[in-house]
Amino acid sequence: MAQNSLNGVQKIVVIGGSAGSLHVILHILAHLRADLNIPIVIVLHRKNDSDSSLSQLMAFRTYLPVKEADDKEAILPGNVYLAPADYHLLIETDKNFSLDDSEKINFSRPSIDVTFQTAAEAYGEGVTGILLSGANADGVEGLSIIKALKGTIVVQDPATAQVPYMPQQAIDAMPIDHILTVEQIPAFINQL
Amino acid sequence: MDTPVGEPEIKLLLNDMLELYGFDFTDYAKASLKRRINRLFTLDRFPSFAEFRYRLRSDPDYSKRFVEQITVNVTEMFRDPVFYQNLREHVLPVLATYPFIRIWHAGCSTGEEAFSMAILLKEANLLHKSLLYATDLNPQVLQKASTGIFPMSQMKQYSENYIAAGGKEDFSRYYTASYNMVKFDEELSQRMVFSTHNLVSESSFNQFQLIMCRNVLIYFEKDLQGRVFALFDDSLENLGFLALGSKETLKLSPIISKYRQEGKEKIWRKIH
Repeated sequence: MAQNSLNGVQKIVVIGGSAGSLHVILHILAHLRADLNIPIVIVLHRKNDSDSSLSQLMAFRTYLPVKEADDKEAILPGNVYLAPADYHLLIETDKNFSLDDSEKINFSRPSIDVTFQTAAEAYGEGVTGILLSGANADGVEGLSIIKALKGTIVVQDPATAQVPYMPQQAIDAMPIDHILTVEQIPAFINQL
Repeated sequence: MDTPVGEPEIKLLLNDMLELYGFDFTDYAKASLKRRINRLFTLDRFPSFAEFRYRLRSDPDYSKRFVEQITVNVTEMFRDPVFYQNLREHVLPVLATYPFIRIWHAGCSTGEEAFSMAILLKEANLLHKSLLYATDLNPQVLQKASTGIFPMSQMKQYSENYIAAGGKEDFSRYYTASYNMVKFDEELSQRMVFSTHNLVSESSFNQFQLIMCRNVLIYFEKDLQGRVFALFDDSLENLGFLALGSKETLKLSPIISKYRQEGKEKIWRKIH
């Protein structure tokens, strides 16, 4: 499904983690280069209050514009998008977001699996999926779909994760392209 | 590894639904639809796509299940309490000036939102002169909505939402509990009209001062959203209100020039 543009394959980075991985995400954002030309999509398990303080907190840490994804919003390079609380965030093949308030998956809405899977279907080999610390299996199936559709999969080194269950599940389930420490993740994204 | 029902197969199913049963899902947002259809395929354990399609084409009862399962019917009372507080404080005082209030809940699902609205109207002493039109494309959910019966297990959450939305009463005064279900007072449902209406294929049927359509349009593609906004515009009186879900916006539609957003919530007022 990957579309060829002038620069070759369109790329996207999708990052998933539970509430405990917020500090990792803040670290990643703080170290991304200002001229990064790839969209970053973050799915973080969080409470249901739909206030925008989380995206503001993230925006303080990075040169890149950060916002909660809106329904049918076009996905643009160099932007950081956060999945809104209480919705699943899906990626359409025409490279727009769409939202879905259907049942929770793995007790989670937003579900990391949903965003990973639809990103894989829309961007194919252009996807880099990164799974961070967390306490349930959400994201593991999504990673396997990214891999199956020729994307790149990365997990946080469980030894550095606050809650290693999520990354460890992924490592046990499939061969992972890169297992990275918190410090290595932003450098990895910067060279994509 | 791809999903068992891919995009070409989905196209076939949607065509079948349109030609045989008159339900047009062709302009629904594809990523969500694909997930719902694959979920149903897995849930009902079809050995192959051909069998799935045959069942859908040959069994009208199964087409009902298809509609029920691929549309999303997740809803709650006083969802997004701040939104309801806003309705209570800013919209209801305007509606109060009309001799007769008509409200349309478009895509009302199992009716939780219409009952929330009826409670707000009752507390503002407006219910007696209001009529709530609650519509959905799916007759099964409307049937459920019209009973006013909801699971007891939800009441704690709804009561918290109600209080967070500025509710001052004891929430349990609005229903009678029986085993694990509760039935809401008929005084509330007496002011409701339940009817099937498909936003995709049907036209305006009345004029309203308030249209509520929350978390329905997210399932539509942009062009279809635009057509539905035009339908709402046709159905809204001048100075009427349009209320959308917390992540939905009128911004991308050409009718936006006739509307002004009221405060931070997703409530727009028709000003031209």
